[in-house]
Amino acid sequence: MANEIIVGIGGAAGDGGASTGDNLAQTSARQGLHVYVYTSYQSLIRGGHSWIRLRISDTKVTNIGDQVSAMIALNQDSMDRHLQEMKAGAICIYNGDKVKPGKAPEGVQLCPLPVFELAGKDALPIMQNTVALGALVGLLGYDFQALSSVFEHTFKKKPQVVEANVTAAKAGFDFAVKTYKKHGTVLKKTDAKLAMVHGNNILAMGAANAGCKVYCAYPMSPATGILHWMASHGKDLGICVRQVEDEIGVANMAIGAGQMGVRSMCATSGGGFALMTEAIGMAGIMETPVVMINVMRGGPSTGLPTKQEQGDLNQAIGASQGDFPRIIIAPTSIADCYTVMEESFNLAEKYQCPVLVLSDLLMSEGHCTLEASFLDREFKIDRGELILEDDGDKNYYRYKDTPSGISPRVIPGVPNHLYVSATDEHDEDGVTISDVYTDPITRKKMVDKRARKMEGVVKDYTPLKLEGDASSNTVVVTYGSTWGAASEAVERLNKEGVKVAHLSFKYLVPFQEKEAIALLKGKKVIVVEMNKAGQFARHLRAEAGITADANVRKYDGEPFEPKHIVEGIKEVLKGKNLVEVQSLEPGWRTPHPPGPGVLSTGSTH
Amino acid sequence: MASKLQTPLTVAAYKSDVHNDWCPGCGDFGILQAVQQSFAELGLPPWESMVFAGIGCSGKVFNYMATHGVHTLHGRVLPFAVGAKLANPNLEIVAVGGDGDGYGIGAGHFVHAGRRNVDMAYIVMTNEVYGLTKGQASPTLGRGQQTKSLPLPNTNDAIQPLALALSSGYTWIGRSYAFDGKHLKEMIKKAMQHKGMALLDVLQPCPTFNDLHTTEWFNKKVKGAGENEMVPRVFNINEQGYNGSVQDPTNLDEVNTKRTKAFEMANFRGERIPVGVFYEIKLPTYDERMQAQVPMLKQYAPATMPYQDASHLPTTDLSKVYEEYMF
Ligand SMILES: Cc1ncc(C[n+]2csc(CCOP(=O)(O)OP(=O)(O)O)c2C)c(N)n1
Ligand code: SF4
Ligand SMILES: [Mg+2]
Repeated sequence: MANEIIVGIGGAAGDGGASTGDNLAQTSARQGLHVYVYTSYQSLIRGGHSWIRLRISDTKVTNIGDQVSAMIALNQDSMDRHLQEMKAGAICIYNGDKVKPGKAPEGVQLCPLPVFELAGKDALPIMQNTVALGALVGLLGYDFQALSSVFEHTFKKKPQVVEANVTAAKAGFDFAVKTYKKHGTVLKKTDAKLAMVHGNNILAMGAANAGCKVYCAYPMSPATGILHWMASHGKDLGICVRQVEDEIGVANMAIGAGQMGVRSMCATSGGGFALMTEAIGMAGIMETPVVMINVMRGGPSTGLPTKQEQGDLNQAIGASQGDFPRIIIAPTSIADCYTVMEESFNLAEKYQCPVLVLSDLLMSEGHCTLEASFLDREFKIDRGELILEDDGDKNYYRYKDTPSGISPRVIPGVPNHLYVSATDEHDEDGVTISDVYTDPITRKKMVDKRARKMEGVVKDYTPLKLEGDASSNTVVVTYGSTWGAASEAVERLNKEGVKVAHLSFKYLVPFQEKEAIALLKGKKVIVVEMNKAGQFARHLRAEAGITADANVRKYDGEPFEPKHIVEGIKEVLKGKNLVEVQSLEPGWRTPHPPGPGVLSTGSTH
Repeated sequence: MASKLQTPLTVAAYKSDVHNDWCPGCGDFGILQAVQQSFAELGLPPWESMVFAGIGCSGKVFNYMATHGVHTLHGRVLPFAVGAKLANPNLEIVAVGGDGDGYGIGAGHFVHAGRRNVDMAYIVMTNEVYGLTKGQASPTLGRGQQTKSLPLPNTNDAIQPLALALSSGYTWIGRSYAFDGKHLKEMIKKAMQHKGMALLDVLQPCPTFNDLHTTEWFNKKVKGAGENEMVPRVFNINEQGYNGSVQDPTNLDEVNTKRTKAFEMANFRGERIPVGVFYEIKLPTYDERMQAQVPMLKQYAPATMPYQDASHLPTTDLSKVYEEYMF
């Protein structure tokens, strides 16, 4: 049986909540405990409210979970927002000198700390966080050593800082253990050697591993973490990292580098992706490999810069004018971000086309523990059909019409293999046909040639697989990151005796049409996704002719928790065919509604 | 396409056999020929040379060159070419495009390309119109001017590309005229040989849409300073004692003086049109700046940097990086 505790840390931006969360995550990871972190924050540098949720468990976790059962309120606002969400058994830690809790829900243990007394009058305000963290660690039953060693690691070069933190944390730890009841859940230490990573780190690392040598970007949340990683690691890994004037420049520069044979990449979010779209078609018609990441956030327009949504699928499918082959992949978890990067660079070069990766805020800015072994994957670099040296061919045609549609690619610089590439339609030699009177034969041949390339792609995918109760007649279908919460929801339902399977898609274009039909035809299909319009449900219908029997959707900015999906599916099984769920906890809302709220506005269409 | 390798490299080696569809009398012919001559005289192997073009009549240059070529998007030739040069600094790269392409839709890239000082030449064909889309006003057409292709006079002021280039950090700035073959060729060669980002703005008659500034107009003599003195409209400033080349880039006095003079010259408006080298300074190129930051780039261009072994397993060592995330 898994034991887990979800901790919430609330404060204003600039209060140091983030580092308190990091320290707790690291302390947990050091004990072999698995952690999944998601932060709800505002798009500002100081003030506002941020709520860091850490799900800590002695077995692997795939998502943020649902019920917070331990909280640290770093200010009054956090207390007011979140205390009423707590249920019996929860603990609530706060600076008793400054924060007034009001009436706690039944069975919630209030743990005020006399911070002035514990930290000393002259202590920096930030020390209240350390005292609180010490207290929490004590009430979670951790060894104090696990926490103090994190301070030693973090402030390696500053022994006085280590000492100040250890002293303050120990004061909180001892006071709490002496004064309050420990949390009822006991987390069992494990031997797992764990690291804490953001999805953005993993996307960047995956790209580096796959051989990415040019990375271009313009800052945009929630993709900026990739730029920061690249900027600080490019030097040692030999990656050229460029911040460009805008996303139009970014895309064109990345493709320019791709044209010269570099594995190149760029990343952005929806708005920046919109600016890149003309260039995506250019990579399509010039058959230039490039990997482009869109870390989705709430749209449209500037939308919700710091909130989760899976709403850019239509945009990715429709990016750029005309028909041309593209590949679209949506990683399903933080660990999968690594695999997807490997696959994307290989596919881009093998099929000489743009590969669009749809990550999202939940994965990219969320972070979780991973075992180091996930890096030891079987992965071979496949650059596709490349000509790197003069092979004596006196009649090289860059866009040769071949049975597979793939034309062997020369990297400029090879003697006797000159070619031109054009954004205009061109013939096999690359010479434009855009200005001739008309050339229907060549036009059709070239369109067909490019389209034919996509026929091979699906064979390179990992086949689809049903999860959960595979024999069930009801299948929950998700794409991308919703896999995490949905797989847990399905597991819970199966445990409750509700027969339901789960099918998760990560390869969106070209689509695994035949497999999807084989697995879904004749079943009750429930599509669960994070957008209003049902973009994936529509995609499934368009690509496989399968119409969802019911849909569970969320588009309020906060990610799915397993409970939302469990409840949503139950509503569906009662007869609803559209359930739009919402996070209703007081903390998510301004102004706070009276009393606790949980979930679910169900409606029928 | 197979290259027509000839030694020594003659102009013919750089001519493709693609049919040319520019209008008769178009200034682009002069520019194309000068580009081909420059490549030949510099002895650049066609497979190590690349011409990147924007979209417009001007953009068709790449089609008529027997080098590697890329016809990029309208306005995006610079970021594309910069990406390519970044990936493989060993290739000789020339970017070409129209004045609408470079100073209009691509203006943002134009400015920022200057700041990077990428080692490439950028040739802009300035005909004051959007030729390919049938003669609308381009950003270099003056206010109140009305070409035959415009139903009403232009309401916007013209930008001064050379002044803009100067403000943006271009390290070689010059102007020439499409039908002064000799000067043009020398200027193209200088722009290509300059180590850094060079802007060569070329005055280009568009006989089809621009009836204000025609070949005849450019060739006409205008009143000089002396009584009854007639002088050529297009005059070479470097032949008249103007020297915009900074000798010592660390000498701020010299830099400031030359920049000020160049700015004045770049903004000059009158009956006469100055051509020649307006400004030149030697500063670290983009490659050099990148190499200073990423030492591995001294050994390998990004395009040749190894990342796999003989059995195609990745060789990028991430174990140290991963340790940053271990506690
Ligand atoms: C994004 C985009 N907008 C508009 C066009 C249409 N278009 C093609 S060429 C051109 C203008 C070309 O003018 P210029 O760059 O001055 O080149 P010229 O033809 O004068 O040589 C335009 C507007 C396009 N191809 N792409
Ligand atoms: S329209 Fe003008 S610029 Fe275009 S080819 Fe004709 S003359 Fe040249
Ligand atoms: Mg023009």
